[in-house]
Amino acid sequence: MSNSLAIETKLLTKIYGSGNTEVVAMRDVSLAVRRGEVVALLGPSGSGKSTFLTAVGLINPPTSGQILINGQLVMDGPRAVVDPTAFRREHIGYIFQKSNLIPFLSARENVQVALELAGWRPGKARQRALELLDYLGVADRAGNMPAALSGGQQQRVAVARALANQPSIILADEPTAALDRSRGRQVMELFAKVAHEQNAGVIVVTHDERTLEVFDTIYEMEDGVIRPGAGHAHHAMPAEAR
Amino acid sequence: MNLAVKDIRHNLGRFALTALGIGMLLMIVMGMGGIYRGIIEDATLLVDKAGADLWVVQRGTRGPFAEVSRLPPNLVDRVAAVSGVADSRKFVFHTIQREHGGKPLRMAVLGLDWPTDRGEWLPLMAGRPLAQNHYEMIADRTLGLELGERIPLGNDTFAVVGLTSGMIDSGGNGLAFFTALDAQAVQFDLPGEAIRLERAARRGRADRIDLSRTQPPLLDRAEGESAAIPAIPPPALSAVLVRVQPGVDPGAVASTISGWADVSVHTREDERQLMLAGPVEKAKLQIGLFRVLLTIISAIVMALILYTMTLDKLQSIALLKLIGAQNRVILGMILQQALVLGTLGYGIAYLLGQRIFPRFPRRVILTDSDLIELAVIVLGISILSSLLGMWKAARVSPNEALSG
Ligand SMILES: Nc1ncnc2c1ncn2[C@@H]1O[C@H](COP(=O)(O)OP(=O)(O)O)[C@@H](O)[C@H]1O
Ligand SMILES: [Mg+2]
Repeated sequence: MSNSLAIETKLLTKIYGSGNTEVVAMRDVSLAVRRGEVVALLGPSGSGKSTFLTAVGLINPPTSGQILINGQLVMDGPRAVVDPTAFRREHIGYIFQKSNLIPFLSARENVQVALELAGWRPGKARQRALELLDYLGVADRAGNMPAALSGGQQQRVAVARALANQPSIILADEPTAALDRSRGRQVMELFAKVAHEQNAGVIVVTHDERTLEVFDTIYEMEDGVIRPGAGHAHHAMPAEAR
Repeated sequence: MNLAVKDIRHNLGRFALTALGIGMLLMIVMGMGGIYRGIIEDATLLVDKAGADLWVVQRGTRGPFAEVSRLPPNLVDRVAAVSGVADSRKFVFHTIQREHGGKPLRMAVLGLDWPTDRGEWLPLMAGRPLAQNHYEMIADRTLGLELGERIPLGNDTFAVVGLTSGMIDSGGNGLAFFTALDAQAVQFDLPGEAIRLERAARRGRADRIDLSRTQPPLLDRAEGESAAIPAIPPPALSAVLVRVQPGVDPGAVASTISGWADVSVHTREDERQLMLAGPVEKAKLQIGLFRVLLTIISAIVMALILYTMTLDKLQSIALLKLIGAQNRVILGMILQQALVLGTLGYGIAYLLGQRIFPRFPRRVILTDSDLIELAVIVLGISILSSLLGMWKAARVSPNEALSG
């Protein structure tokens, strides 16, 4: 039932450089994430987690393999089958570790701009941006510039922006690295909530072992290869095993 | 939401300083254009203001401004007798540099044909036209003389009775108006010793010819005033100005007069062209080329500024692309900023120029057509110079947002 899958990758491989400097950052990664499923991706630094996430986010094309989102083929090898920019705008929410916000826009405008880019009229976009900030508990900082926000507040604004266009998949690369423990946990719980409420597929790259019970599935990555993780991985399985 | 404006607001101080810098640069470009226009206007000002249809000058010369022209005074009457001529006037013109109040006083001396011409046509801002045929002068404001001030020139002292504004020659020297006789006196003023030496020399020459032996009074005359010796002409005119009667074709009168063997005739338009092609041509070219160079430099400076502004925003641009902004949105932001910068710069240039240019020693004339031309050039520069930044921005991949 491929149409209930939010994300499906087939034999994704990414090779950086060539010849002597060749690095295989990701090797034959096949993975499936259902709608409403919240996936944690663990692994040591340099194991290829970001490479995988940016490939799925249509930011950094793989060398070979395929990516399907909502059952639709979007990447066929290094070639994009859809317009990546437009597709990202409509279907993908992306959050990464830091420097997530546009420094010359206020918190509210950072969310609003994503809505306006998707065709919302300014007035409505503004209203929805405020609602989203409220939902994330940072409505009181709506008028502040990013530089005046704490790391946690910045991250919540980034999450609000990622959620703005009700994406069907949310990708977060170490989103809680800059947060203290309770804030980090709140953000993770938020992802779970959104995934379940909006029926979105979520992949979160994290190091934080303490928040793992929030996730439905846990994978571990090492040397460019993904396999089911330990602990809470109660129903983890690679796509091919299904 | 306008991203260009938001970014400018966020870096307002820096943007304002940049706009000020570009404004000053554009002000210089604007000023260069104004100086260019001023040179042309100044060069033709006298020709236009004198109101003559024809300029009669020494045969074969391009006088009286481009080179020296000398005519006998009686030419005025000969010209006046030509049919179709309404009136003819003496025109005496030369530049002198004397001292006044310890400072050099450089002025263009212009003789008016007393009593027909007392300077009523001059744009007087204070005082009156000439009222007597000696010892009065009308000075241009740029000479820095006061009404009522007494200026010793040669053996005589002249009172400033009127002040004009904007009357200067093609070299930018202020004009001073005298009666033609006074103007000649100022021009040919010789120290007493030089006159004595010349008279003695004349006597020496007379001694050596037979005529002086058969006619002894000649020897006595030789030592007298130049004006009293028939063989030595009185001081010359620079030109004779002719106005033709209404309905008469100046060309027809010109062809009559130019039939005379001792003079050349230029129409007013000829005279203007002679000014532009002659004395001011090089200055005009020099300033024109300088203006072109400055325009190119402004374009380069603006391109670098816009490129740097884009580089500073690369992270934001990558981020915008990451959240789904098409290139069009990003390029629009850069172009809009370029246009805002160009417009602000132009406005600042204009406002500053309005205050600064009048203080320049020579006229800086901003004509509407020059202002519009510059506006179009600035618009072009803004668009062209944003291309470099756009080129860079279009190449930014959303990946680069991650490397923050
Ligand atoms: N742009 C790149 N060029 C070359 N090598 C890269 C590039 N990006 C990542 N790598 C390499 O690929 C491997 C995986 O990197 P990455 O996906 O960032 O790992 P992780 O996010 O798990 O730390 C590392 O060995 C890294 O050095
Ligand atoms: Mg990483």
